[in-house]
Amino acid sequence: METLMAFVVGGLFAAAIYMMLRRSIVKLVIGLILLSNGANLLLFTQAGMLRGAPPLVPLGATQPEGVVADPLAQALILTAIVIGFGVLAFAVVLIHRAYEVVEADDMDQMKDTDT
Amino acid sequence: MRPEVALPVVLPLLFGAISLALWRYRTAQRVIGVLGTGTLLAAAVWLLLATWRDGVLVMHMGNWQAPFGIVLVSDLLGAIMVVLAAISGLATAVYSLTAISKRHEHYGYYPLLHLLLAGVNGAFLTGDIFNMYVWFEVMLVASFALLILGGERAQMEGAIKYVTLNLVSSAIFLSGIGLLYGLTGTLNMADIADKLADVEDTGLITVIAMMFLVSFGIKAGAFPFFFWLPASYHTPQVAVSALFAALLTKVGVYALFRVFTLIFTQDVGYTHEILLWVAGATMLTGVLGAAAQYEFRRILSFHIISQIGYMIMGLALFTPLALVGGVFYIMHHIIVKANLFLVSGLVYRLKGTYELKELGGMYRSHPILGLLFLVPALSLAGIPPLSGFFAKFILIRAGVEAESWWIVFVALLVGLLTLYSMIKIWAEVFWKAQPEEHANRPAPGPKGTGVMYGTIAVMAAMTVFIGFGAQPIYLIAEQAAHQLLDPQIYIDAVLGDRS
Repeated sequence: METLMAFVVGGLFAAAIYMMLRRSIVKLVIGLILLSNGANLLLFTQAGMLRGAPPLVPLGATQPEGVVADPLAQALILTAIVIGFGVLAFAVVLIHRAYEVVEADDMDQMKDTDT
Repeated sequence: MRPEVALPVVLPLLFGAISLALWRYRTAQRVIGVLGTGTLLAAAVWLLLATWRDGVLVMHMGNWQAPFGIVLVSDLLGAIMVVLAAISGLATAVYSLTAISKRHEHYGYYPLLHLLLAGVNGAFLTGDIFNMYVWFEVMLVASFALLILGGERAQMEGAIKYVTLNLVSSAIFLSGIGLLYGLTGTLNMADIADKLADVEDTGLITVIAMMFLVSFGIKAGAFPFFFWLPASYHTPQVAVSALFAALLTKVGVYALFRVFTLIFTQDVGYTHEILLWVAGATMLTGVLGAAAQYEFRRILSFHIISQIGYMIMGLALFTPLALVGGVFYIMHHIIVKANLFLVSGLVYRLKGTYELKELGGMYRSHPILGLLFLVPALSLAGIPPLSGFFAKFILIRAGVEAESWWIVFVALLVGLLTLYSMIKIWAEVFWKAQPEEHANRPAPGPKGTGVMYGTIAVMAAMTVFIGFGAQPIYLIAEQAAHQLLDPQIYIDAVLGDRS
């Protein structure tokens, strides 16, 4: 499972970089979305993948029995997803405004502030 | 339990919330802007004094013991950074009283200012690597909104580059955290440092170190990741530019200092050698980029990059003296750079343009402003007895002692080229006569510039003070460097003596 996830993460990163190198700002944002999802999945995979082992403490016990999944990594991903969602929502609004102001979907026409 | 550690984070959040609640009341927001940042400065000074007196301070949030809960840690470097953030925050808030138009205030300028400061201070004080990522994002979101406040075309174009590269940086940072967590099973930085000592696979650690280098390098504007900076920093309101120039890149530098002294010290010969090359290239490209520019704020933006190189040089040499130099340089740079941007804003206010070619004759018409420009400008170039001289002197001395001759040569050369850039501004803006065809350009006018003058004068006085009072500042920087070089101090303070 980890090997498969490694390929998925690698594929997402590759696709993200490809999309970000395109000139269209819409594709740029799609690239950013893929990139943040790739990073989240990497975090998920790193914590180890276990099926059907919820980290619950049985009634009366002080610690869970046997091997359980790591809940911290999932909390991290949840945080990262929420943050990523907020930031990407901002990015979508930004490219919309940029499209209205510049009247083009082309990064090559947004070079006025470069040097 | 030390409440002062949490105050620099809590106060801006509180004042930001109050400011948001008073969305419609412009005057109240302005008062709270100055009041909030003033209180923050008081809290920051308290924190610095307490840290100086009692050593590294730790606060376990929600009383969850480290390494399981999130801790806020204030060592001297963190406390110094918080004080500097508060100073630049207060300067910006006061300057904004006349520099920010009604329209921008209605878009929510003041709440964003507070939130930005909260994010920056959080990043300086947190002792948890994932928490640092969260504070980075708090800071970034506030800076995104500040950057596009007003919604002009140049701002949109600059913001797209700024947002994209910072999001890429965050994704790399997050991936690095993921790998680090997979390796050590903890997020507490002190605990990571403790556990990494036992990890056999140093190759993987170096890979993670490079991911952090790329991520923080983008944020710091280091070579070759700096292209977003000169494309965006000259586009927002000048008070915003000043705050960004003072703080945002320095958060990246601080993060580099933190992880490359605390966590990634396994293979110093490899990682810090790369840092040294990055430092040299950053200095050179930044200063050469500035030499080609003829727009006030673009020149200053490029100089941020070259100055970042000096700070990274201090980290890369990794000797006690070099780290002192790096910390000293950060202190000097934040004050000076913010002040130069504030001066450029005042020039714009009086003349209505940032183009050097169209400006001129300012020394004849505004001699005091000319002098107030010279103090930070010469300090940036490293003319004694101003603050920049001592900062550069310590670093170059450290370079000589480490026998890294080429970096010493680069540092000296870049100092000279910095002087060239500053003299260029001086000659074009203040000394030469203004070209006839631009003499009657409409300008916002001198109304309310007293506050701007006051802010600039106080900041210039601080530069002079750091120069003449270099000894006490050096002592603080020395102590901070001592704590950085001995990670055990930090680890023991956070985790307690577990041995």
